[in-house]
Amino acid sequence: MTRTFLGMPATAPQGVGQLRGEQSFPAAARQALADAQLRRNLGHATATIRAKSGAVIAEAPDWEELRAAGAAIKTDVLARLPELLEQLEARVTAAGGVVHWAADANEANRIVTDLVRATGSDRVIKVKSMATQEIGLNEALDAAGIIAVETDLAELIVQLGDDRPSHILVPAIHRNRAEIREIFLRAMPDVDPALTDEPAALAAAARRFLRQTFLTTPVAVSGANFAVAETGTLAVVESEGNGRMCLTLPETLITVMGVEKVVPTWRDLEVFLQLLPRASTGERMNPYTSMWTGVTPGDGPQAFHLVLLDNGRSAVLADEVGRQALHCIRCSACLNVCPVYERVGGHAYGSVYPGPIGAVLSPQLTGVADNASLPYASSLCGACYDACPVKINIPELLVHLRDQAPHPRAESAAMAAAAYTMDHPALYAAAQRATRLSRWAGRRGRGLPPPLSGWTAGRDLPEPPAETFREWWAKR
Amino acid sequence: MRIALFVTCLADTMFPEAAKATVRLLERLGHEVVFPEGQTCCGQMHVNTGYQAQAMPLVRRHVRTFDPYDVIVAPSGSCVGSVRHQHALVARRGGDERLASRAESVAGRTYELSELLVDVLGVTDVGAYFPHRVTYHPTCHSLRMLRVGDRPLRLLREVRGLDLVQLPAAEQCCGFGGTFAVKNADTSTAMLADKMRHVLATGADVCAAGDVSCLMHIGGGLSRLRTGVRTVHLAEILAATEAGGGPERRDELVVRT
Repeated sequence: MTRTFLGMPATAPQGVGQLRGEQSFPAAARQALADAQLRRNLGHATATIRAKSGAVIAEAPDWEELRAAGAAIKTDVLARLPELLEQLEARVTAAGGVVHWAADANEANRIVTDLVRATGSDRVIKVKSMATQEIGLNEALDAAGIIAVETDLAELIVQLGDDRPSHILVPAIHRNRAEIREIFLRAMPDVDPALTDEPAALAAAARRFLRQTFLTTPVAVSGANFAVAETGTLAVVESEGNGRMCLTLPETLITVMGVEKVVPTWRDLEVFLQLLPRASTGERMNPYTSMWTGVTPGDGPQAFHLVLLDNGRSAVLADEVGRQALHCIRCSACLNVCPVYERVGGHAYGSVYPGPIGAVLSPQLTGVADNASLPYASSLCGACYDACPVKINIPELLVHLRDQAPHPRAESAAMAAAAYTMDHPALYAAAQRATRLSRWAGRRGRGLPPPLSGWTAGRDLPEPPAETFREWWAKR
Repeated sequence: MRIALFVTCLADTMFPEAAKATVRLLERLGHEVVFPEGQTCCGQMHVNTGYQAQAMPLVRRHVRTFDPYDVIVAPSGSCVGSVRHQHALVARRGGDERLASRAESVAGRTYELSELLVDVLGVTDVGAYFPHRVTYHPTCHSLRMLRVGDRPLRLLREVRGLDLVQLPAAEQCCGFGGTFAVKNADTSTAMLADKMRHVLATGADVCAAGDVSCLMHIGGGLSRLRTGVRTVHLAEILAATEAGGGPERRDELVVRT
């Protein structure tokens, strides 16, 4: 008899999708910091969203209760995820939809590609979706000869610019309107050469292009913000109405959803539909909230497929500290308040999930070794935890993941030596006296050696004092 | 009141003036300060850099050293934050439940300086005199881990001669973050550049804060640029009186390029 060992759940596979960067965070950040235009665009955009969001959150007298409720619902969902997903599958199937289970990015891409092929279409329209970016669906479709057209305005800017998104909610946040005009002139079919950089003119150009695409494409691919287990209802929350076009006009709708997006009941949406718009776009109510349950004869898509995506999520769920990252509702409040994100932008994180949540989610989905520099991409200032509408303790998670990350050998040795010294007061006092030797050894004009040279590149170091506190105290 | 001083390793080694000022201030207010000799470091650097197991003996040492005292004070929001939010966690993950509950007990008796003054000793006017234009940087861990709120500002507003000017974007991190400043030196410096721009915009002579670590960072940048603005710990301002006892003048910072 053979036995299969069911060990730790698998992490997201390599070589597919967008969860791993090509360089470490410090190296990528260094490049981003040199881009003055990027710094300016990001500083302006994040400050604007922060102010807007802060104002509407201040209006809600029960904001803290809402946050607590959101966190509690997510904790409950994660505690009985298998049961809820099976309930969701049963309800979606009963309502005329087809449910597919995808263990990872490769399987999800294969399922969606086969479904699109079966329709005979060589083009799909897409609702803005993080899950499909995570798995690299557009690239997989492209390899199969299928064109995916992004219909969210900012995603369209990114796609036409042959660029990568740099923010969860505002993927083209790193671009200003002059740059967007240039991208449209260069890459948008049949664009008016007299296009100006007025926001209304840019939106009108995109609308003309997208309307044509909506009316001629029979297949749409979306993600999902929520799925209600008790009824099998899917929900997409967006601001432009382009998502609703995709969700209602085509004959076939394929939705790719991370397994953690399920909620037990309709009533739970009440909490999240209050939290999400205020935390993300700074609106009191979300402009376009589309919900659908299976298929409805004569109304909307007549074929509906739901792809439930794991891609490392079960591995995250297995870590009892780390699993709170799965609470995330992709609002991006943590990005907007993060002093690191504000200066380096999203590309430096190397993943579709940038900012503080990316720094804790990406390494867990891929395994920490594949994203070892991300848990360190934070000063642990804690602004993200305060801003999170579902109370993910991101600083705690960062520290937790740092403990799991592979450490440089020299650093490990230094840390072990420091811990030993600090646990022996006599050695500790000797080390303090040695610090003072640098008054003579490391005089002016000399920097610290690597890896500490990063400090002295931009800052002076104080002269060690003539006597330590404990020496002064001993003489009193 | 008998108060045990948790000096913090950085203040002890590099910035003793902040610790001495804490002693002078509390004694002037009529309290007895004791310094438990066995203390070294709370282990925050190890925990935050990803070495929780190595932090265990330091947590054990800290708890053993301070357990006998009813009231403990540190001139640092960050180190008090570590004691309150990390020690029990580290002990628990290390499988020592007894240490964890002792750590929680010690944490409940440990205060950051402004918390001790305002909440425990019930004083905001400490009789200080500091005739300078001062701006205050509310360090992240004081602000968000300890929620000290406006306690430091209430103390500073009562200081005679002091002209308190508000720091723009005060709640943004200065970019220190412990080993973050070394591992992500470029990003840290970019954050520091904005913090310095805001400090300079106030026209203050002095940038004050409740943590010598953040002050070392901000001060290191201000010194490098020869801005003529100095950094001073909150305790030094509160310890200063018309009879003297103001911040000790240190040699200018060592210039290392």
